[in-house]
Amino acid sequence: MSTVQSTEPLFQLQQQSLKKGRTEVLSHISLTLYRGEKVALIGPSGAGKSSLLEWLYAQHSGQIALCPQSSGLVDILSAYQNIYMGGLERHSTLYNLSNLIYPRQADRQAITTLAAELGIADQLWKSVDQLSGGQRQRVAIGRALFRRQPVFFGDEPVSALDPQQAENILQLLIRRHETLLVSLHNRRLALDHFDRVIALRQGVISYDGPAAALTGAALDALYAQ
Amino acid sequence: MRSNPLSTGRRLLWLSLGLLLSALLCLPFADLAVYPSEPWQELGRIALGLVTPWWDDPRILASALGQTVAFALLAVVISVPAGLLLAMFWHWRPLRMLAASLRAVHEIFWGLLFMQLWGLSATTGLLAILIPYTGVFAKVFAEIFARQSPAPAQTLAGTTGRLSRYAYTLIPQALAEISHYVRYRFECALRSSAILGFIGLPTLGFHLETAFKQGDYSNAAALLWLFFLLIASIRFWLRPRLIPLYVLLALLLLPDTPPVPQGLMWQFISQDIWPRALTDGDIVAAAAWYAGVFSREAWPALIETLLLTQLALVLTGMIALLVYPLASRALVGRGRIAGRVLLLVMRSTPEMIFAFILLLLFGPSGLPAVLALALHNGGLIAFLLAGHSEQQAQRVDDPGGVNRYLYLHTPRLYPGFLAFLFYRWEVILRESAIMGILGIATLGFYIDSAFEEIRYDKAFFLILVTAALNIMVDSVSRRLRRYSGAENSGGLG
Repeated sequence: MSTVQSTEPLFQLQQQSLKKGRTEVLSHISLTLYRGEKVALIGPSGAGKSSLLEWLYAQHSGQIALCPQSSGLVDILSAYQNIYMGGLERHSTLYNLSNLIYPRQADRQAITTLAAELGIADQLWKSVDQLSGGQRQRVAIGRALFRRQPVFFGDEPVSALDPQQAENILQLLIRRHETLLVSLHNRRLALDHFDRVIALRQGVISYDGPAAALTGAALDALYAQ
Repeated sequence: MRSNPLSTGRRLLWLSLGLLLSALLCLPFADLAVYPSEPWQELGRIALGLVTPWWDDPRILASALGQTVAFALLAVVISVPAGLLLAMFWHWRPLRMLAASLRAVHEIFWGLLFMQLWGLSATTGLLAILIPYTGVFAKVFAEIFARQSPAPAQTLAGTTGRLSRYAYTLIPQALAEISHYVRYRFECALRSSAILGFIGLPTLGFHLETAFKQGDYSNAAALLWLFFLLIASIRFWLRPRLIPLYVLLALLLLPDTPPVPQGLMWQFISQDIWPRALTDGDIVAAAAWYAGVFSREAWPALIETLLLTQLALVLTGMIALLVYPLASRALVGRGRIAGRVLLLVMRSTPEMIFAFILLLLFGPSGLPAVLALALHNGGLIAFLLAGHSEQQAQRVDDPGGVNRYLYLHTPRLYPGFLAFLFYRWEVILRESAIMGILGIATLGFYIDSAFEEIRYDKAFFLILVTAALNIMVDSVSRRLRRYSGAENSGGLG
């Protein structure tokens, strides 16, 4: 995979801390993300990965397609509508309202193609509460892809998929976005597909460097509770 | 609360004792005289009427029923989208205040106001219901939206239009809760529509008042039974698919609206509802006029309204706690059928109708109003409690009978019960003000009299006083709900 890294910083934190209520969830974080970087965010659960994603997201929400851990699906709407939602801002309110009642041919086509790439084309017209966990996750990713943004933020976006699917969909996400910041539980995915790894532990950055420099053992240590 | 280490049980106990004490303090001051009459004979005739319902002309009956449903249905169909729209802009303070003042004025007062312009017409009846309902829907929908997960909206572009965002996220997310609430409110709208008959609109209340006044208790019973049937069967005939058809029928059924003469509306708004001194620009005289009306009429009426409200509130609570077990399968088993019928009658009968009957028995004092309010609202809260009581998890070794009621169900339901009760406080206040149009000396009595004397300036001022009182009680009740720790026990308004 090619790296089109630039020197243009997209996100920057300098010795900044984040508090939720009275507890400090992230302490003295210094971090710069450049355009074109593919960054994996790793660490044991509770280390502050989701908080860091939300925090950075708030800095630049205009250009980021977000795929949160809770997936953010609307249960009673169909998979189609849940994906269409990613493109709401591209159309007028009237257009969006009419799509709820009768989707237009062009939108159907675009979203059916996208759904086929994700392997959920045959589930497109079901309410998402009838879908399995893996299917729901792919609908959430569909929405993020339909946002058509240069930056993708994902919080464990492929955790409910089988290894092969996870691999394919992660590659799809990487092809469609210039810059990515993705928290992952699967360390092999982190090493294979990303150029940079940031590890968090108890709210502090414990490693930040090229993925290539990490051996399996070093990675194990970073994940350990 | 911060410096208050009381346990939850203690806090609820003090709150309840405080409430009880407030009612006991009100007791000596409220006018609760029983006028010597022969109630038993009259009661016997009413009872006889109830079991021998009769109506001569089914066409009149059908048309009264049709009009009652038509007003309620159209008002809800219009006020739901209007309320949704307001709820989408709930962060905007002036809008919240607007909604609060819309719902602070009772349907009947809106009706009396609009009657001066449009007479006894479709416009008057529709606006009278849909204006306060819009305010209620806006508030409740906004509360429902606030409880939904923000995650779906977070994944959308920040620049997505507000309407699109709501249409794709919060509205579908909240749809089940919203439609549940709208159904409940439709039942309320049927009652509102029926009692608008008391000010002359051609709904059930109109015929009911006539029948009662003429002592035609069989006729009155026919209307009442029909009304109960209508409410009990809502879930069978109110199908989303059929609503367009019903709307069409409703439009055909409504009475005509005569055209308002040119300039009358403007004259009403700019001249009639203000005292002469104010329109002449004499501020000092206008202030003196307002002060006079306030001390002579508004103040005593306000005190009487508050006294009756407080008594009715506490009696409502007592009735609800005593009656709810009768309708809970977990507490009385199969016997709950009788309890369910009792609660259906209690909650479906509008307070006005209870009050009207009780006035015939006890004469014109606050007593009929207090009893009527407590019966209706007690039945309503008991109905909700019974539902929650049946959903409680049971263990095989749970105690039975009265012990189960005292030690398991009532303590578990108590925080929710207090929340329901405080929600009803505002409603009871609105209703006790309204009781005035039956001749009890609450705010409604003075407002009704002012309209009768064509003193619109006075009527309008008294309505404003009533609305202000309502908004105040609403804010106190909100604080008490938060204190009782039962803020989110359900969005029941």
